[in-house]
Amino acid sequence: MPILELDSISKKFGALTVAEQISFAVGEGEALGIIGPNGAGKSTLFNLITGNITADSGSIRFLGSDVTRTPPMARCLSGMGRTFQIPQPFEKLTVFENLLVAGVFGSRQREAEVSDRCAEILVDTGLIDKANVLAGSLSLLQRKRLELARALATEPKLLLLDEIAGGLTEGECRALVATIRAIHVRGVAVIWIEHVLHALNSVVERLLVLHFGKVIGIGKPDEIMASRDVREIYLGIEI
Amino acid sequence: MNWLDTILQGVLLGGLYALFAAGLSLVFGIMRLVNLAHGDLIVLAAFLILVLVTALGLNPFVAAVIAMPLMFAIGWALQYFLLNRTLGKDILPPLLVTFGLSIVIQNGLLESFSADSRRVFAGSLESASVNLGPVTAGIMPLMTFFSAVAVIVCLNQLIYRTSVGRAFRATSDDPVTAGLMGIRPQRIFAMATGLAMVVVTIAALYLGTRANFDPTSGPARLIYAFEAVIIGGLGSLWGTLAGGIILGVAQTVGAAINPEWQILAGHLAFLAVLLFKPRGLFPRAVD
Repeated sequence: MPILELDSISKKFGALTVAEQISFAVGEGEALGIIGPNGAGKSTLFNLITGNITADSGSIRFLGSDVTRTPPMARCLSGMGRTFQIPQPFEKLTVFENLLVAGVFGSRQREAEVSDRCAEILVDTGLIDKANVLAGSLSLLQRKRLELARALATEPKLLLLDEIAGGLTEGECRALVATIRAIHVRGVAVIWIEHVLHALNSVVERLLVLHFGKVIGIGKPDEIMASRDVREIYLGIEI
Repeated sequence: MNWLDTILQGVLLGGLYALFAAGLSLVFGIMRLVNLAHGDLIVLAAFLILVLVTALGLNPFVAAVIAMPLMFAIGWALQYFLLNRTLGKDILPPLLVTFGLSIVIQNGLLESFSADSRRVFAGSLESASVNLGPVTAGIMPLMTFFSAVAVIVCLNQLIYRTSVGRAFRATSDDPVTAGLMGIRPQRIFAMATGLAMVVVTIAALYLGTRANFDPTSGPARLIYAFEAVIIGGLGSLWGTLAGGIILGVAQTVGAAINPEWQILAGHLAFLAVLLFKPRGLFPRAVD
């Protein structure tokens, strides 16, 4: 059974179509990469999946139940975790408190039950020595790691990553990819929007290409990268 | 005239103003909502305590304890069903709605209780006092002050040490992202206003036992609360207590010089702080 299933999802902002008849499914424990030019509707697609935007038509099923009209908090509780392209930590809370909030409210558990796990996540994501620092004072890499750590604290079954490797140096990127791969290996399904293709392709099993709100290809990374449409639209290679 | 005594009375009066202000400060801090009906809600709570005292013959303190959950419910419902709808990028709708609410509460109280000024009697406690060397302090003013300190300690513990408090701060930081963490901002806001109404009830207890009040007493209480918050610096509850004390001392010193100057002296102290420290005495470092 797929963990997430989109069926002909469409969304318009006025005359602008940002999602047109999008259908795809993500299997349990699968990692799917999403690529596409800027403005292709990638982040909008995430907003549709998390419920920050409601689709005009079509349906979304998560873990077998229809969540098309479910508010974001409920989707988070049922196991959806998300990171933002531009990190949005709670700046006036410490790093550890950021995770505690997510842990307590995102998985409906008591503080004592989640605090050990939050500390483990901070170790896994390399933030443990920043635990008591205000999140507002973190560097970009640390903020991106905090985005990931906070999403993990909600105990997601499906993790949505929005350009988490963008803007990082080569070494930083490699370390982050290793962390994401470790999470994926544990059985968490991942949907990852990314422009840094080598990072993406080292983790995902399938790639989906989005262009003007439409899915123009989905399949194995090497097949997708070899296809004519993708090379023309995304890589800008004249054929 | 005993200056030490005057200043002590002012400090203790400051506790009452800090109680007026703590709820206002809490609500503003969490959802950037300026509640213009705050003073009228204090008066409403005072009438609620009065009704419980006269109708059931209860001790005012017992009546206040009973009034607390009732006021919490009123605050919760008010926020959840009405004020949440006014929150957004525009700051005008909440101002207009709470201003209207202020008028509604005043007229509702006027209809139900007439314009007579009332008082809650606390029996022998009212005139009881303790000797502190050169000065004498009334038991009620002392209780007012220490209640204010206790309220601030409790609120700070709640905000900085509990998971609900963290949800308050996270939601105040970014309601949309808080939603993605499983927090329901609407409920967090409702809980915050409910809590503010519990503090309002404590303030109402001491307002009602200290002096006369009538249905139109609210707006003046709102002004004192505002002044205490602004003098202290937005966002700091201890600053609010300091603001209340400065206001209280200015008023009692003013009254000691000339009884007509009491209110004026308080406002002048407020203006002086605004002039020299526009962000208040203890502004939060990050803002």
